[in-house]
Parts: sequence; C-alpha cells; structure tokens
Amino acid sequence: MNVIAAGTPVPEFSLTTEEGETFTREDLLGQTSVLVFYPFAFSPVCNDQLTLYEEVLDEFSARGATLYAISTDARWSQAAFKEKLGSSIRQLSDFEPKGATARAFGVLNEGGFTQRALVIVDPEGVVKWSYLAPSTGDLPGANLIFDGLAS
Amino acid sequence: MSDLRSAPAPALTDEDHVRGDPAAPLVIFYGDYTCPRCALTHARVSGARLRVAFRHFAIAAKHPRAVPLACAAEAAARQGRFWEFHDVLFADPGRTDDPHLWAHATALGLDLDRFERERREQEVAARVSQHTRAGMRAGIAQTPTLLHDGKMLPGIPDAELIARLTG
Repeated sequence: MNVIAAGTPVPEFSLTTEEGETFTREDLLGQTSVLVFYPFAFSPVCNDQLTLYEEVLDEFSARGATLYAISTDARWSQAAFKEKLGSSIRQLSDFEPKGATARAFGVLNEGGFTQRALVIVDPEGVVKWSYLAPSTGDLPGANLIFDGLAS
Repeated sequence: MSDLRSAPAPALTDEDHVRGDPAAPLVIFYGDYTCPRCALTHARVSGARLRVAFRHFAIAAKHPRAVPLACAAEAAARQGRFWEFHDVLFADPGRTDDPHLWAHATALGLDLDRFERERREQEVAARVSQHTRAGMRAGIAQTPTLLHDGKMLPGIPDAELIARLTG
C-alpha cells in the first residue's frame, strides 16, 4: 500500500470529530490542511509527535495551514488523549468502519491501525505533498511539514 | 514567521556548551531537563570518553518546566556554571520548581539575584528557542537525540552505541 501521491484529488472519506459530527472531504475545501495520521493515542512516539507540532502551531497557522490528527482510536479516546497532551490540534476518528479513511489514503497498516504519515491537502482538495514514515517508530520532524508547505 | 524548513544542524561555535577531551569523538546532545530519557542519556554520555556539546530542545507543549529549566541553565552559564547546573538538573529531576532552582543556585555559589533576573531575560529565552528551532530544522523530533558526524541518533544510547561512538 502506498501513501496517496501529490497531485491526486483527495478521495471521499468520512471521519468523526471529537463532538461526534461527521467530517468529510468537503470540510477540507477552501483551506490548506495537514493530515497527521498517527498509530495510537497515548503511545510514546505519538505523544512526542503531537507535542512537537503543537510547539509550532502558530507557525503553521501563519502559513494558513490547519492540522488534523487522525487515528483509528474511538473519538472518546482521542478526546482524552488531546486533553492529556494539552493539545489544540483537532482530532478525527477513523474508528468505524475502522481504518476506512486510512485505507483510502494508502496509510492503513495490516495490523488495522494508521501508519505514521503526513498528507498536505490544498484548498482545492488536491494532495499537495505526502510522506509515509519508514516505520511507526519514526517520528517525522516538523521541518518536513514546512518543506511540504513550501513545495 | 520563522523559516522552519529543513536545514543542517548549526556547526559548533564558541557559543556552544562543550566539555570533554578535545581529542575525543564529538556528540551534540539535543536534550530537555524534564525528559527522563535525557537524564539516562546524560549519565551514559558523561561516563564515556566523548566530547559533548549540549543544546536545548525544550518543548513547552511537552512539559511546562522544559523552557524554564533550560533558561535557568543558561542563566547559570552567564556566571560560568553551566555544566554544574546542567548536572544538578539531570541528577535531581523531581525538583524543578523555582525554590528548587534557587536552592541549586545557592549551593553552587551563584549570585542569586543575578540568576533570578537573568533566567527571565528575553535574550536567554531567545537563545533556548533558537537552539530548539534550529534543532527542528535539522530534523530533531524527540529527546534525547545525539548528533555524531552528521548522523542523527534518536533515543537513549545503549552500551553498543556508546562503544561505537567512543571508537
């Protein structure tokens, strides 16, 4: 499975917000979005990853980019994770049908969870840049996202 | 808006905190005083024949005391006691509140009023931020991370890695 490539229109998908609302492709239109696919809420590398990006959230905002954190965890788990981290990055749940969005983006691990991957979507709903970490233990630096935004 | 695109880690300068045998292999240690994994890394690199440069990778979002502790170490550096303060912070990770910092500063014989003033200076905070952001540009994403010969080595170094680094 390959991560969705730059230049590809984002596929139709359905995720669930922390509030229980549906979040789809339409919600990405009109803004630059950074989709941060992560394997598991509360896991050590995911903690480090989201706090790292939180540190420079103002820099992403200054570039007009909005980050979304996506995993196959249930929305309640994601909300607890977000609260524990003190994070302001919006969480989106790919819980049911589990991993369907991750599969559509080419980032579903055979184990049934999201790979660690980044996808930048332009305001027209087209993938601008994507990155799949070599393993779930590899944490992509924030510099990669800034490179992607500048590409 | 800062430039946070990828860039090589800054070369070592006189501004860096460096100790150890000048002839020993150099490692640049990106660390955070609130990170238990960094405390263990500190113990391992300190006990090895290495020349160590320490740079802050203090993420406020990760721990509320990460930046204040880094600033305190920089304030101690203004009085020529960076490494002593650095060692105390890693040796005593459970005591990170202001009264603990005052106790450490007093025990090291620092001018406490000056320490208090300087650890809150904008210039000190800017130096810590500069370390962290330059680290981010170099691809540092977690602590501890060691840099050796341009190679990034994230995680706690095990005995095999230390042996490899020391040659």
